[in-house]
Amino acid sequence: MSASDAVCYNFLPLQRCAIMNDFTPVSALAGGVLIGLAATLLLLFDGRIAGVSGIVAGLSRPDGEPKAWRAMFVVGLLCGGVVLRIARPSAFEGLPHTALPVMAVAGLLVGLGARAAGGCTSGHGVCGTARLSLRSILVTVTFIVAGAFVVFLTHRGGAS
Amino acid sequence: MRRAIAAFVGGLVFALGLGLSGMTSPRKVIGFLDFAGRWDASLLVVMGGAVGVFAVGHRLVMRRAAPLLDDRFHVAPAGRLDARAAIGGLVFGLGWGLGGYCPGPALVAVASGAPAAVVFTAAMVLGMAVYEAVAGRAPEAVADCE
Repeated sequence: MSASDAVCYNFLPLQRCAIMNDFTPVSALAGGVLIGLAATLLLLFDGRIAGVSGIVAGLSRPDGEPKAWRAMFVVGLLCGGVVLRIARPSAFEGLPHTALPVMAVAGLLVGLGARAAGGCTSGHGVCGTARLSLRSILVTVTFIVAGAFVVFLTHRGGAS
Repeated sequence: MRRAIAAFVGGLVFALGLGLSGMTSPRKVIGFLDFAGRWDASLLVVMGGAVGVFAVGHRLVMRRAAPLLDDRFHVAPAGRLDARAAIGGLVFGLGWGLGGYCPGPALVAVASGAPAAVVFTAAMVLGMAVYEAVAGRAPEAVADCE
């Protein structure tokens, strides 16, 4: 589905335009199960938590902590990306009109926020939530609400 | 060496899960965050699957005295929910809603060659380094096991 499928409709009192969003529960569940399995494997073999922002941040820290497993986890992510690029290119469907300076600001916010929160969608959203950590659940709710707020602001009035 | 191989496999499976689930597509992410529009609930299903499997998986694994390839679990004690974590979650969410990527999917999408993902990821790594240089380390996401 491409950007040309954008539809406009009325949302009181604003006219909103949105891309058609299709619910894909089967691939979503299968992917979610794989994510949970990967996190379980990393804990079983290495005794580590699959929190991506923590793993990446630890790579550049000048401490004596082991770096090899972190680097190899990231290499695994990148290799997975190469496999997906060949086998499932639709996995990378982007947004229409993504200005690179906007992406730079977005990336900066995500990097700063993930470190201040001590984790991101994987560390808090999956691993912490699965362990019923109240802190993780609250951080997860916070970033979903903040994200929804931005999407509400940026996508109204025919942005897409 | 064996630890690094296990981490590689973990990263690979994690990436395939992210790609299959839709997390690597900013269009799916924005669709999930678009509650006022045509809301796409797919990512809620992703989270349900991942949280469900890890909730069971980590309980089984943590019954062991140690992981298979190390002498102890490296699970940091979690901090309490303080202002720093709340503001961090807020700032993270603003960036997530703006760009449609969170850290894992952004790294996976770098391999797709999409300029948006490359720029986002470079800025993200910079943001992490800047934060830790200025403010130090915050407690990690996951609580210690009793």
